[in-house]
Amino acid sequence: MTSQAPRTLFDKLWDAHLVTSESETAPATLYIDLHLIHEVTSPQAFAELDERNLPVRRPELTKGTLDHSTPTLPVGADGQHPYVNAEARAQVDKLRENCMRFGVELFDYDSPQRGIVHVMGPELGLTQPGQTIVCGDSHTATHGAFGALAFGIGTSEVGHVLATQCLLQRKPKTLSITIDGALATGVSAKDLILHVIGVIGVNGGTGHVIEYRGSTIRALSMEQRMTVCNMSIEAGARAGLIAPDEVTFNYLRGRPRVPQGAAFDSAVAQWRGFGTDEGARFDREVRIDAADIQPTVTWGTHPGQVAAIAAHVPASGDGDQAKALDYMGWQAGQALAGRPVDVVFVGSCTNSRLSDLRETASVLRGRHVHPRVRMLVVPGSEQVKREAEAEGIDQIVRAAGAEWREPGCSMCIAMNGDLVGPGQLAVSTSNRNFEGRQGKGARTVLASPLTAAACAVAGEITDPRPYLTTLPAQLAETLEVA
Amino acid sequence: MRPFTELTSRTVVLRERNIDTDQIIPARFLTTTQRQGLGQFAFNDWRRLPDGSLNPDFAFNRAENAGAGILVAGRNFGCGSSREHAPWALADLGLRAVISAEIADIFRSNALKNGLLPIVLDESVVDELLERPGIELHIDIADRSVTLPGGSRVEFPLDAFARTCLLEGVDQLGYLLRQDEAISRFESTRATHSPSNQEFVHAS
Ligand code: SF4
Repeated sequence: MTSQAPRTLFDKLWDAHLVTSESETAPATLYIDLHLIHEVTSPQAFAELDERNLPVRRPELTKGTLDHSTPTLPVGADGQHPYVNAEARAQVDKLRENCMRFGVELFDYDSPQRGIVHVMGPELGLTQPGQTIVCGDSHTATHGAFGALAFGIGTSEVGHVLATQCLLQRKPKTLSITIDGALATGVSAKDLILHVIGVIGVNGGTGHVIEYRGSTIRALSMEQRMTVCNMSIEAGARAGLIAPDEVTFNYLRGRPRVPQGAAFDSAVAQWRGFGTDEGARFDREVRIDAADIQPTVTWGTHPGQVAAIAAHVPASGDGDQAKALDYMGWQAGQALAGRPVDVVFVGSCTNSRLSDLRETASVLRGRHVHPRVRMLVVPGSEQVKREAEAEGIDQIVRAAGAEWREPGCSMCIAMNGDLVGPGQLAVSTSNRNFEGRQGKGARTVLASPLTAAACAVAGEITDPRPYLTTLPAQLAETLEVA
Repeated sequence: MRPFTELTSRTVVLRERNIDTDQIIPARFLTTTQRQGLGQFAFNDWRRLPDGSLNPDFAFNRAENAGAGILVAGRNFGCGSSREHAPWALADLGLRAVISAEIADIFRSNALKNGLLPIVLDESVVDELLERPGIELHIDIADRSVTLPGGSRVEFPLDAFARTCLLEGVDQLGYLLRQDEAISRFESTRATHSPSNQEFVHAS
């Protein structure tokens, strides 16, 4: 056996998928194991195939879903999906037609598995350690939580993968972010990643693939790990990775698209190899102490403009900060807490999984959404919706006065008609607070599900922790009744 | 793609940092299934006032900027969503190059595939360009340089492959398709080793 220099998880994933290595004059050709598509970024790629008269090389390695332009209101009395406009309907019809013609499996409205692309892939076990995964969507980094090299691509590249199952890539640099220690009560994976982006900056990961490491990360559930990796792009990183471990394998065991029985065990044996070797070198390293992390929200117009919820917005700043404060309607130096809220959105590929909805329900249970607030709760997939309903979460949400919707991206990208009005302030569990992201003139504060739910009840930005302290008492009550 | 060797054009300036692709083209214009004609939506929410009329102060609405082919923007241009609609919209506006002190990865990759040249220069140079909107620059791709009006010349990094693709109008998909044999070889070695997708995706 030849001994090899210690390698990072990223190096191993990269090496395992090289069809041809990169050189001075040409990028590497990287093989792609799983390609996910949706209605918004794929039509022009299929059109390119048509223009060149090309087939899809490996149709079984591409999976389609409907999520971005799809309505989250149920089918109307006329049996029609209530699309925002005819173009949105045409886009969905186009994907259906393209999948049919090219032999690609589509998780359509009639599929019990349809969901937001980054919720559905892991849920089905399509996402597996050791893979390369791409999608015409920048939050593809979500799948990195499984130790897969997963990144967003543009539509031209969607065409490249359809036609060749490969991409031309220059090798990115590696950035290790180690987080150690226990997260305090009321501090979630969302607070963690918002804090990380605040530390390294909205462009702190540009050109890099991040590997999240340390005891804090190891202690997270799979769903929490996905929340962390999901937002890697918000720090500019190409991808985010977490090495697979027992948490990963336990999550995957028995899922419909993973190997079953003995084949699963041998897959696990192979997946165990996808970790960073002792002594492997990263291009950059950052360390973060979990004890420094508070419930965290954004105050500005990009995900790097964050603050602990008990803090104030900057009192004075450079041109960009001043512009952000103005867009968001803050007084310089104003306290975050106490700002009235108009809309609360719980959903998106960052925070629409069962555990997120449970957290939301834990705050809403026995309480009411403030009369000023419109609250939308949008499960990430049909499966999440079913599981949540089986637990009565939909009842809690409705009883609190919030709307319980059909799965989709909804107010995260606001292209299906679910949107925040001009000048309104939304507390949102999604991943982007850019100007107009949730509707023209909309103001977005990114937050965890616990914080979002607490804000909905309070009708203003508020620390979620007081809303948790009552939980044990409530639980005790439930137990007594039982 | 047409070969792209050099460009002489005036600049239009957007000083903001972190201009994200939601700003370049808001999501509500993404229901299209075409790639043409998106220029009309570029920077829509900055270009138009709340009543829908054109904002006379916005750079792209000013008469003196008509026909400018080079956008100079604040640091971290093109961050956020991977939508290729962003470079499609900018190219449709007539832009051929974007200059910034930092350009986001996915945007850069998308731009290059659409004949829109992403140029990263030192912050000090970009700051100077941000201060002097409307000046004429000469961009030479073969020697990777930008020449300013006074004749001073700065070089920019450009990957050798990207440079060849621009200069010769190389079609990247065509380049990949020519690797068919290597791809097949790779697929055949993996089938025996990998737990993978392949054999299980058919299971249900
Ligand atoms: S939920 Fe938002 S971020 Fe996630 S895939 Fe949909 S639009 Fe993109």
